[in-house]
Amino acid sequence: MAETALTNTATSITRPEGWRGIAADWSSDQRAFKNVSWGKAMMWIFLLSDTFIFSCFLLSYMTARMSTTVPWPNPSEVFALTIGDKKIPLILIAIMTFILISSSGTMAMAVNFGYRRDRAKTAALMLATAAFGATFVGMQAFEWTKLIMEGVRPWGNPWGAPQFGSCFFMITGFHGTHVTIGVIFLIAIARKVWRGDFDVERRGFFTSRKGYYEIVEITGLYWHFVDLVWVFIFAFFYLW
Amino acid sequence: MTNVAVHVEGQQPSLHIHVHEALASGATHTKGQQHPIKLYLVVWGWLFVLSTCSYLVDFFGIHGYLRPSLILLFMVLKAGLIVAVFMHMAWERLALAYAILLPPVLVLVFVAIMVFESDYTHLLRVIFFAPTA
Repeated sequence: MAETALTNTATSITRPEGWRGIAADWSSDQRAFKNVSWGKAMMWIFLLSDTFIFSCFLLSYMTARMSTTVPWPNPSEVFALTIGDKKIPLILIAIMTFILISSSGTMAMAVNFGYRRDRAKTAALMLATAAFGATFVGMQAFEWTKLIMEGVRPWGNPWGAPQFGSCFFMITGFHGTHVTIGVIFLIAIARKVWRGDFDVERRGFFTSRKGYYEIVEITGLYWHFVDLVWVFIFAFFYLW
Repeated sequence: MTNVAVHVEGQQPSLHIHVHEALASGATHTKGQQHPIKLYLVVWGWLFVLSTCSYLVDFFGIHGYLRPSLILLFMVLKAGLIVAVFMHMAWERLALAYAILLPPVLVLVFVAIMVFESDYTHLLRVIFFAPTA
C-alpha cells in the first residue's frame, strides 16, 4: 500500500489547469496533490511549518528592535572583520552566504544526476553539499566565539539594546541547528546512493521499505529551505 | 474500519504489479524533474550576483528609503529563484504551489499586527520609562 503513493501515478490523468485545476484537485475526494508523492508533499508541509517557526523568530526580533528605546547595535560594525589592516564590514557573513548558495547549487545538480541514476556523481555532489554545509557551521561557530569573547550575552552586550544578543543567538542558533541536521541527513542519503540502495531497491533498516531516487530531491528540498531561511536572516538581521 | 483495511489490503497485489511495471519501464523516474544542468548553473550565477548586490548595499552604506527597498528587492528575487527553480515549485501542480506558498504570505498580517504593537510599546516606553535627568 505504501508503495502506491510513491510514484507519479496520476501524471497520465488529464486535469484542468489554473484555478479550475486547484478546485478540481482539492475537491476530488482523494488526495489533493495529484502527481506529488506523499514523501515530497510531507516534506513541503514540514517546511511550511518550519517557515512559521522562523517567521515567529524574525517577528519577535522585529518587535524587540522596533519597541526598544535604546539604540540597536550596528550589525555592519559588529560583524566586521579586520583583514590585514582594513576593517571590512560584514565580510564573514557575506562569505557564509556565498558558501550556502554554492551548496544549494551542488544540491540542485545532485537531484538532477539522481534522476538520471548516475550514482557516483549524485553521491559526490551530495557530499560536496554536506562539506559546504559543515564549512558554514564552522564559520558560524567562529562568529559565535568572536561575539561571546567581545561580551555579547543573551541579556546584554557592550554596544546597545540588550535584546540584540538573545535575538542573535536564537535566530542564528536555530538556523545553524537546521544546517547541522541537514549535513547529517545529506551524508546518510549520500551513503545510500553510493551503496546503490535505490538501484537494487534495498529495504531501509528502519522503515523496511524500498527507497527511490526521489529521496534525493526530498533531501534537496530541505537543504534549499535552509538556504532560503538564510536569505531572510541575511536581509533582516545582518543588513537591515 | 477493519472492512476498509481489508479492502485496501486486497488491492495490494495489483497495485504492486503496476508499480513494478512502471519501474521496469523507467517511466516514473525519467519523469521526475528533469531539467538541463545549465538552468541550475544560470540560477546559481544569478544568486551570486544578487547576493553581491545586497552585500554592496551595506558596503557602500546606502541609507534612507533606498536601503530597505534594495534589501527587500534582492531578498525577494533570491527567495523566488530558490523556490521556483531549485525547489522545482515552478513545475509543480498549482494545487501544491498554492497550498504551500499562500500561508506564508498571510504571515504579513502578523507582521502588521506586531508593527502596531511595537509602536505602541515604544510610545509607552518613551512616555513612562524615559531616563529622567
